[in-house]
Amino acid sequence: MRGWAWAKRLYLGLIFLFLYAPILVLVLYSFNYSRSRGNWAGFSLRWYGELFQDRAIMGALGNTVLIALVSALAAAVVGTIAAIGIYNSRGWRKNLLINVTYLPILNPDIVTGISLMLLFIALSFPRGLMSMIVAHITFGLPYVVISVLPKLAQLDPQIFDAALDLGAPPRQAYVKVILPQIMPGVFTGFLLAFTMSVDDFVVSFFVTGDGVSNLAIAIYSMARRGVNPKINAVLTLLFIAVAGGMYLIQRQLNKSAVEL
Amino acid sequence: MRRNWALYPYVLWMALFTVVPILLVAYYSLSATGLGFRLTLTHFARVFEPLYLAVLWRSIQLALVSTLICFLLGYPVAMILAGSPMRRQFSLIVLFVVPMWMNFLARTYAWMTLLEKNGLINKLLGLFGVEPLNMLYTSGAVVLGMVYNYLPFMVFPIFTVLRKMDPSLLEASGDLGASAHQTFLKVIFPISLPGVLSGVTMVFMPSVTTFVISQLLGGGQFTLIGNLIEQQYLRAYDWGFGSALSIILMIVILLSMGLMSRGNAQEEMGGLL
Repeated sequence: MRGWAWAKRLYLGLIFLFLYAPILVLVLYSFNYSRSRGNWAGFSLRWYGELFQDRAIMGALGNTVLIALVSALAAAVVGTIAAIGIYNSRGWRKNLLINVTYLPILNPDIVTGISLMLLFIALSFPRGLMSMIVAHITFGLPYVVISVLPKLAQLDPQIFDAALDLGAPPRQAYVKVILPQIMPGVFTGFLLAFTMSVDDFVVSFFVTGDGVSNLAIAIYSMARRGVNPKINAVLTLLFIAVAGGMYLIQRQLNKSAVEL
Repeated sequence: MRRNWALYPYVLWMALFTVVPILLVAYYSLSATGLGFRLTLTHFARVFEPLYLAVLWRSIQLALVSTLICFLLGYPVAMILAGSPMRRQFSLIVLFVVPMWMNFLARTYAWMTLLEKNGLINKLLGLFGVEPLNMLYTSGAVVLGMVYNYLPFMVFPIFTVLRKMDPSLLEASGDLGASAHQTFLKVIFPISLPGVLSGVTMVFMPSVTTFVISQLLGGGQFTLIGNLIEQQYLRAYDWGFGSALSIILMIVILLSMGLMSRGNAQEEMGGLL
């Protein structure tokens, strides 16, 4: 039985090695003085220095954060209101709404990308930052709706009536009674939309224009031209941000689990 | 509670940015090149030319191979995760999710570094006197990229189902004289089947539609349907043919999704966070 437990550990270890090795190699090479990945020319922060001077990459990084924040916020607001509307509707209407909500999730990225590109061209909508934000709101919205809907279903329907009976106008009842209860769902949806936005390459690639890039587009165009150690540096920073953020969230969750 | 004004912004948004764009794709796929609308099926007919059928077939083949490898690698992982104690389970899942939160492009680019001619793997092999291998720009590299990127999509749905399984079922199976092997085949696996089906769709779908992995790790030598669509729009400017390919791809995906995971996608998505 002990041998079996070790086999399990070994297997998990190998899988984690598979998942992390490429990232660790990337991190390692970001500190390599040499441009070529073939040889190690000593520890250096050279590429980090060059990275901060690189207008294109820093601009792309700024765009990524800006697009993710704006689109996730907009998706959270519109999606939450939509979830309340869907929750309150009945019959075929409700089914249709839920099916349409799943459409962007099920649709392949590439089809979402080219279809939005065709729309922006047809409307002569200028392609760049705005078109990217609109596209990101569109694929973020469903994640907010499907995160909020289950929270609404868990609500006691009498709470809303009680608020009305106590004299709250409906709008106030929604904001002061319903919203605090569904807030965890709203937050989950926001986080999902934000992550999807930061991670997105395909849709952004098709709907952008005018030389506006997010980080993924910048990496793609550099990677196609071959080696660039600045990519390693920016990805290392990204990895530290992600791992740090996950660590903080996990600590928070553990703390609240202990309090419960 | 008849407050349907809440729906207006959403319905308007979804109509304009989801439904209308898809109708536009349908429009271009059916219209002859040139001004105005003239109904034609030539774009769809082209999809069935041998050259393009070969591309479609290659996409499906590589995606199927990747899905199978993800299943073989991922099922044991899901079982081990589900069987570990609660507290550790959470940390292990976080470890699994962290690489996924790295940019998708970043993960694919990382493999370029490892696989290239003077990359780390060849350096290591060189220590043992092995001649440098051509690993980058092969179909193997494309499959590897798909497995690396989408493995968690296989693990999480299976894990979600296995975790909910009542452990007394295993005891009952043992008490009734089944061997561990039989318990797995006759109890555990059938119960986990919905998770497996979701996992298969969630790996197969992005694999069959990708154009990034094949571009970066296949070096453009392994044209998949995604690459073909990209080329039609951004290089050949043949919107009609590109749209016809997109419609075919959409039908394939929606059919397989509808077939495999009848509406429980919501639950599986929840498992990802």
